[in-house]
Amino acid sequence: MKPLITCEHAGFGYENYDAVIDLNLEIFPGDYLCIVGENGSGKSTLIKGLLGLLKPTSGVIAVSEELRKSGIGYLPQQTAAQRDFPATVWEVVLSGTLSRRGLRPFYSEAERKLAWRCMERLAITDLKQKCYRELSGGQRQRVLIARALCASEQLLILDEPITGLDPSAIQDFYSLIRQLHSRDGITIIMVSHDIRNVLGEAGKILHMGQRVLFSGTVEEYKKSPAAKAFLGDRTEEGGKRQ
Amino acid sequence: MTMLMEMLSYPFMVRAVIGGALVALCAALLGVSLVLKRYSMIGDGLSHVSFGALSLAVAFGWSPLWASIPLVVLAAFFLLRIRAGGKVKSDAAIAIISASSLAAGVIVTSLTTGLTTDVGSYMFGSILAMSREDVVLSCVLSLVVMGLFLFFYNKVFAVTFDENFAQATGVNVERYNVLIAVLTAVTIVLGMRMMGAMLISSLIIFPPLTAMRIFKSFRGVVLCSGVLAVVCFLIGITLSYGLSTPAGASVVIVNLAAFLLFFLAEKLLGRRNKTN
Repeated sequence: MKPLITCEHAGFGYENYDAVIDLNLEIFPGDYLCIVGENGSGKSTLIKGLLGLLKPTSGVIAVSEELRKSGIGYLPQQTAAQRDFPATVWEVVLSGTLSRRGLRPFYSEAERKLAWRCMERLAITDLKQKCYRELSGGQRQRVLIARALCASEQLLILDEPITGLDPSAIQDFYSLIRQLHSRDGITIIMVSHDIRNVLGEAGKILHMGQRVLFSGTVEEYKKSPAAKAFLGDRTEEGGKRQ
Repeated sequence: MTMLMEMLSYPFMVRAVIGGALVALCAALLGVSLVLKRYSMIGDGLSHVSFGALSLAVAFGWSPLWASIPLVVLAAFFLLRIRAGGKVKSDAAIAIISASSLAAGVIVTSLTTGLTTDVGSYMFGSILAMSREDVVLSCVLSLVVMGLFLFFYNKVFAVTFDENFAQATGVNVERYNVLIAVLTAVTIVLGMRMMGAMLISSLIIFPPLTAMRIFKSFRGVVLCSGVLAVVCFLIGITLSYGLSTPAGASVVIVNLAAFLLFFLAEKLLGRRNKTN
């Protein structure tokens, strides 16, 4: 099997600042990869690099022909401006199909059908004419995933997807992603702080701390020193909060 | 009615009505994107820059429109850069640029023609500002702005709603931001002599904000804000003729009234929905 994305000694960063150093990573079709790490460990920068929004400052990042054609579905972090944005669910989902065409000004029948299919998949067809700003956090998430699926049904990149969701919406979200991954065979890359849930969901873990601290399967990760240090911190934190 | 007929019997009023309504429409369309992207201040900044540019043009005896448009477009690029760069706090940077170009404009004017009523008319607009050439130019440029807006409507939506997503899926976000900024700059220059440098940004900000009170779809907001802009402009200019009040200020006050009306309607609708 050929990887969708290959990074070889890749570095990403901004002027005078390297956020990600010497990254080796292969993403295969059907992977469920979770990127974890402290704040400022280069997770979001890496995502930008994978999306092609940021050129590598060193090394190589290669994207397979297949993926280049189909594109990448992306679920960005929600911005404050979106919370009072006047747009219907339909308008938002439909805008995901934009990448598939050049200068043509209006949506085609095929694009409308695709958008509708993506909404059916996420069970949000009844929200079609609802206003985006009036939805719950979980519903918004579904709308944005439907939009991402319009852009690509091959690879989905999710950036901190559970931020701001309530606990039941978080469980819904994970089962939805599980479904997209196992039933529809969509490759998933997710950045998350929610390490405990992630260990039960993902297949592979990439632990970032500017450099790669760990990369491999979840089982190996649980035994690794990187996980011990990180998880140890987390349980302590959790304990303090209670 | 007779007043309306009388008003339209003056050629300068006809020019003002046609030119103004078109500019108001363009401003409102672009305004939807600017307001939702939190770029309202850029519209305001550009109007101050256009005051400076206009003063320069008049001082040197250049054609006011042709000289101002490139200068203001340049400023639009610059203001967008500030937003994107994010090193200086952008609202502060815009305020600095606004005040500086206003000051430069006033100094240039006072050194050359002197601070006469002309300056007042740049600041607060004059109904006599539109010459025949200006009206033709306004019509052409307004049609260009509307054509481009319609053609790129879906992309404008995507870029306005979610820049990151649009960029990740291969839309050239930068290009659309520049397009919106350039069109805004042109619209502001066209409208500012009639509306006034201090008041022109209201044409950009009021209609979208008013439309957003009630409409829940992007298309609804765009359409409503376009209609509102034209209606408010026509009411405003008629009032200004009837009551002999300054045109620009009258239009702004009518826009304010429309906003308050919609705001009230939103509250009433919201309450009814809750009790249901």
